[in-house]
Amino acid sequence: MNKTLLIFRHELLHTIKRTGFIILILALPVLALLGIGILNITSGIAKPPTEVNIIGYVDEVGGFDQFTTQGNITLVSFDTPEAAKQALINKDIKEYFVVPPDFISTGIISRYTTQREVTPPDATTAAIENFISSNLLTGKVPANVITRVESPLNLVTITLTSTGEVASEQGGLTNLIIPGIFGLLLALSLTFSSSYVLQGLGEEKENRLMEILLSSVSTRQLIIGKVLGIGTAGLAQIVVWVITIPLLLNLASSSIGGFISTIQIPANFLVLGVAYFILGYLLFAVLSAGVAAISATVREAQGLAAIFTLFAIAPFWFYSLIMLFPNSPIWVVFSIFPFSAPVLVMLRLGMTGVPVWQLAVSIAVMVLSIVGGLLLAAKLLRTYILMYGKRPNLGEIIRNLRSG
Amino acid sequence: MLAVEVSHVVKSFADKVAVDNLSFSVAQDEIFGLIGPNGAGKTTTIRMMMDIIKPDSGGVTMLGEKLSEATKNRLGYLPEERGLYKKLGVLESIVYLASLKGVDRHSATEKANQLLNQTGMLDSKNKKIEELSRGMGQIIQFIVTIIHNPQLVILDEPFAGLDPVNTELLKGMFADLRNQGKAVILSTHQMNQVEELCDRILMINNGQAVLYGNLSEIKERYRGNSVLLDFQGELGEIPGVTAKRPHKGYTELILDGRTTTQQVLAYLMSRGLVINRFEVATPSLNEIFLKEVGKKS
Repeated sequence: MNKTLLIFRHELLHTIKRTGFIILILALPVLALLGIGILNITSGIAKPPTEVNIIGYVDEVGGFDQFTTQGNITLVSFDTPEAAKQALINKDIKEYFVVPPDFISTGIISRYTTQREVTPPDATTAAIENFISSNLLTGKVPANVITRVESPLNLVTITLTSTGEVASEQGGLTNLIIPGIFGLLLALSLTFSSSYVLQGLGEEKENRLMEILLSSVSTRQLIIGKVLGIGTAGLAQIVVWVITIPLLLNLASSSIGGFISTIQIPANFLVLGVAYFILGYLLFAVLSAGVAAISATVREAQGLAAIFTLFAIAPFWFYSLIMLFPNSPIWVVFSIFPFSAPVLVMLRLGMTGVPVWQLAVSIAVMVLSIVGGLLLAAKLLRTYILMYGKRPNLGEIIRNLRSG
Repeated sequence: MLAVEVSHVVKSFADKVAVDNLSFSVAQDEIFGLIGPNGAGKTTTIRMMMDIIKPDSGGVTMLGEKLSEATKNRLGYLPEERGLYKKLGVLESIVYLASLKGVDRHSATEKANQLLNQTGMLDSKNKKIEELSRGMGQIIQFIVTIIHNPQLVILDEPFAGLDPVNTELLKGMFADLRNQGKAVILSTHQMNQVEELCDRILMINNGQAVLYGNLSEIKERYRGNSVLLDFQGELGEIPGVTAKRPHKGYTELILDGRTTTQQVLAYLMSRGLVINRFEVATPSLNEIFLKEVGKKS
C-alpha cells in the first residue's frame, strides 16, 4: 500500500477511536435531544389551560357589556369593586379588572390578581384589549373593521429575483437558523480537527518519533497522510451531524411543531457547506502542521495555533452586525480572507444571497493558501522537526527558510 | 557494492561547521563504528546519510544509490532521539512502523511475534508503550529497526538506557546481523563496545575525520614501545630496556627504539625467570580516543 495511504489509514482509525472525537460527534444529537426534551417539558408547563377562565370586571363607564367571551376567557360583570374582590377571595374568579369612569381620557384599567407575575399573560391582555375595543366600536363601524382594528395586518414578504420572479429561497428566520447552527458546528469542527493534527504531529515530535518516521517516509507524505486521515474523520463528523439535523428537525416538529417544521435546508447550501469544510479544514490543518513543527511541546503549539483558529470563531462575535449589514464591504473582504471565509460565508448564506464572484474568489484564495501552506509546512517540518529546544522566533524562521 | 559511501560532505549550521569535508565508506557484512566526542558531528553525519537533513556540499550513496523511497525500505535506522506512540500497543506500534517500510501486515505481525519472542518480550505484546520500562522500550525500538530485514542498519547510541543483560542481548543480535551479511553502523560513546564489536571505525572530532580504518590496524599503529610483565624472581638489568614502571600486579618495561619485544622475551627466558604474563602493551580505544581528542582540542 502507498505510504501516504498507510499514514492516512492509521491517522483515521487513531482519530475516530479518540474519546474526545466520540464525545464531539455525539454531542450534537445528544444536546439537541436534550433541548427538544426541555422544550417539550417547558412548553407543556407554559401551555395555556384548556378550561374556561373566568375574569371579573367592574364597568364604571357603562356600555361594556357585550363580547364577554374571548376564546377560553369568559368575562363576568360585577357591580362594585368590593363584590369583585369578594369573588376573587372566594376563588369564584381568577382575577378582575376595573374600567374607571375616566377610562376614555386616560386609558388606564386596573387589574387585580392573587398571582405574582412579571407581566400580565398575553392571552389575558389580548382578551381584555379585544373586549374593550369591540365594545367601544360596536354599532359605530362595521364588524369586519372591528376585526381589522383588533388585528391590523399580517405582513407577508415575497423575495423576488433580479429578473422579477419569485425567488426559490424566501429568507427569514428559518433560513437564519440552519446556517447559524451549521456555521457554529463548522467552526467547532475546524478547530477540533486541526487541533488533532497539531496534537498528532506535536506528540510525534515530543515523543521523538519524527526521525523514525522520516527514515521511512518523506515530510510531504507524512503531512498529507496525516491531514487527510484526520480530515476524513472530521468530515465524517460533519456528515453525521448533517444526517442527524433533518432527523432531529422531524422529531422537533412532531413534538414542538410551529416554525421548525418550515425549516428547509437548500441543496446548494449543503454543497457549499461541505466544500468550505474541506477547504477550511485543509488550510487549518496544514498551518497546524507548520505550527507543530516549530513548537517544542504540544501545549506551546496549541497556544500558537489559537491565533489563527480564533479567526474561525470570530464571525460569531459580529453576528448581529453581519445580520444587519450582510453585504458590507468588511464582510466581503473577510469572506475572501481564508481564515474567516468558511464560517463567515456560511453565516452570510443564511442572511443574504452571496454573489457567485465572491464565492469563486473566496474558494480560489483558499485553494492557493492551502497549496502555499502545505509547501511552507513541509519546509518548516524539515527544518525544525529535529530541533527540540527553544522555539525559534519569526526572524530565525525566515532566515532558516531562506537558507533552506 | 558498498553499503555507504560518503564523499566530501560539508554541513554548517549558522556560523558553525558541523561536518567538514568528511569522506568514508562502509562495506557489507561489517560492523562499522562511528565515534567521537559530543558535538563532533556524528548525528549530523547520520542524518545526512538518512536524507533527514541536506548536506551543503558533497554526496552520499546508500546501498549503491542516492537515497530514495525504495532505498529507505532497505535501511534500518535507530536514531539517538527516539520514541514510540505512547498510547499504542506494542504489537500495533511495531506492525504500523513496519508497514511504513513496505512490510505487509501479516508478515509484520509474524516477524514481530518472532522478534518479541527472541527478546523475551512476547508477554508484553498487548501492553501499551507507556506501560513499558525505558529499557523495554529500547528493545521495541530495535525490533522496529530490523523487522523489515534491512541490508544496512544504522544505530545511534543503541546502548543508552540499557541494563547489562539487554546490552548483551543487543550485542548478540548485532553480531547476527553481520553474520547475515548486513552492514551495521554503530555510533556510540562506549569505546569498550566499539572495541568489542566493530571491524572498522571512523573517529571524528569537530566535524573532521581523525582516525579511519581497520580497528586492529589502528590499535597496532598506536601500540606503545613497552611490555607488560608479571613475573616471579629478580628482574635485574635487561638489555634494551630503558625504564621499569611498577604497577599493581605487573611491571611495564619501556624499550629503547632498537630492541624488539621478542629479544626481551628471549632474554628473560634465558634468565630462567618465571613469567606469568608477557603482553605487548596496546592502548585501549578509549586511550586512543582521549589522546586524539585531547590533541585536537
